[in-house]
Amino acid sequence: MRLLFAALLLLAAASTATAQLSIEVTGAGAQRLPIAIAPFAGEGALSTGIAAIVRADLERSGLFRGIEVPALNPPLTDSSNVNFTEWRSRLADALVLGSVATRPDGRFEVRFRLYDVVKQTALGGVAYTLTKTQVRATAHRISDYVYEKLTGEKGVFSTRIAYVVKRGTRFELQIADADGAGEETALASFEPIISPAWSPDGKRLAYVSFENKKPVVYVHSLLDGKRHVAANFKGSNSAPAWSPDGSRLAVALSRDGGSQLFIVNADGSGLRRLTNSAGIDTEPVFSPDGQTIYFTSDRGGSPQIYRMPAGGGDAQRVTFEGSYNVSPRISRDGKNLAYIARNGGKFQVALLDLASRQALTLTDSDKDESPSFAPNGRMILLATVIGGRGVLSAVSSDGRVKQRLSIAAGDVREPAWGPFIQ
Amino acid sequence: MRTVWIAALLAAVLAGCAATPEEQEGAGVEDRKPGARPPTGAQSQPITQPPVASVDLTGKAGGRSILTDPSSILSKRSIYFDFDRYDVRDEFKPLVEAHARYLRDNKQAKMLVQGNTDERGSREYNLALGQKRSEAVKRMLLLLGAREDQVEAVSLGEEKPKSEGHNEEAWAQNRRGDILYQGEY
Repeated sequence: MRLLFAALLLLAAASTATAQLSIEVTGAGAQRLPIAIAPFAGEGALSTGIAAIVRADLERSGLFRGIEVPALNPPLTDSSNVNFTEWRSRLADALVLGSVATRPDGRFEVRFRLYDVVKQTALGGVAYTLTKTQVRATAHRISDYVYEKLTGEKGVFSTRIAYVVKRGTRFELQIADADGAGEETALASFEPIISPAWSPDGKRLAYVSFENKKPVVYVHSLLDGKRHVAANFKGSNSAPAWSPDGSRLAVALSRDGGSQLFIVNADGSGLRRLTNSAGIDTEPVFSPDGQTIYFTSDRGGSPQIYRMPAGGGDAQRVTFEGSYNVSPRISRDGKNLAYIARNGGKFQVALLDLASRQALTLTDSDKDESPSFAPNGRMILLATVIGGRGVLSAVSSDGRVKQRLSIAAGDVREPAWGPFIQ
Repeated sequence: MRTVWIAALLAAVLAGCAATPEEQEGAGVEDRKPGARPPTGAQSQPITQPPVASVDLTGKAGGRSILTDPSSILSKRSIYFDFDRYDVRDEFKPLVEAHARYLRDNKQAKMLVQGNTDERGSREYNLALGQKRSEAVKRMLLLLGAREDQVEAVSLGEEKPKSEGHNEEAWAQNRRGDILYQGEY
């Protein structure tokens, strides 16, 4: 009976007529590298132009400025001879030329080459074979290649984000490309869904669903939609965080009273208690090396961020300024802690350099929640409220570049940036 | 759910019993003294109607228990909390005491306490805060004689606001613990 009821609550995730996220960049880095991305020869055969997606990707990072490229006839291809003097006169520091060909089997082949205009050399290129539905994914791969060659750090254009949309009484857990396009609904429910967390391999999400009228932690396989309960004990089950090897989850449970941290295998077995405090312990997150767990606790009288060995043990306080510091997240290199700080009634994203102990407030909004690092650590995705509506926003870890991702209808919240695609 | 079915079955059985005397009366017509019978030819047929047992689940007849009667303190189910606090304020102690007494007197009764918070701050921290609120109510109920297995404390955090507003008035409405008896959730 209860199963049937739960099944009825979980509607089929079939509707695709939803408006996608659109992204607005509201700030930019001090120095943006000027790059020319010529329309790929033959890209008219595809549903979307590749060059425009690559340019939008790179500009959104705040590190690049796209240069207008006039229509060229005949179009330049990756095998054209490059007139570096001419591109230099257009003030381009870098250039991407590419072409699209239709293969006999109906698939497409996209080739491109990246040039350093200043040094007048080719930096490399790749050829991809794709179906007509993989155009955006291919463009994001090209963006990642260009970004890494020119900045030295990995690009995140091929990664995905998860977030929850509330439309009226309906909650949808959605997955989209990092640019907000191609969203798909992984779970729809008439009860709240919170705290999605990506498994390190990007194939599963752990989250908290209220479909049984109380918070229960589930693990959901994105490929086949199969889901299982990871923690459903008496009381509340919440705040799942994956261990870096993807085998275990740290969770907050109230089964023994209060809200305390536990560790459990991803299949729900092997539960073990980690903290033993009189107050609230919640929002655990592993350091990238798996040795430390950062978490929120009110054991000192106000909610602050603490850390302890991943196996449990003595906790040390990490945040000291202010009376409300919550939702810790650690950058992939383990050097920075992003969290939500209350500053004079405003909830804002702050970044703490763990070595120097310098804290920096990154946003000027006032209802920020759920910060989430891009896997390369460059941007932090967050939820905030603008005009009474929940929106997603992203800010660079130096605070300079800001992006807003909005969705036409509904409140968007609980974002989580996925890992690098392997 | 199961209790409702049992109640419905009981009601049906009772209605059947209540109908029996009428059937006996009908049988009595057959047994009447011959002399008292009208002197006409054809044997008259008694008009019988099978009784209809009425089962009312709308809560008006049997459902208005002491738990839902507005004049009973047990119909009051919400305990409100101060910002970022999880101690039960003095003004709500009589309410909690009344529910503890009910649980003590009705050993089979079970209850769910749902803790709620306002929308400000972290959803997960608020979930934990809501849990502390529901547990504060539970702890008081147990101190006053309720059994551990009669009360489950859970949290809805900021996810199920009673008031959708974004001001202190709405927030005060949402910093709340709710008592629900079995069959109500």
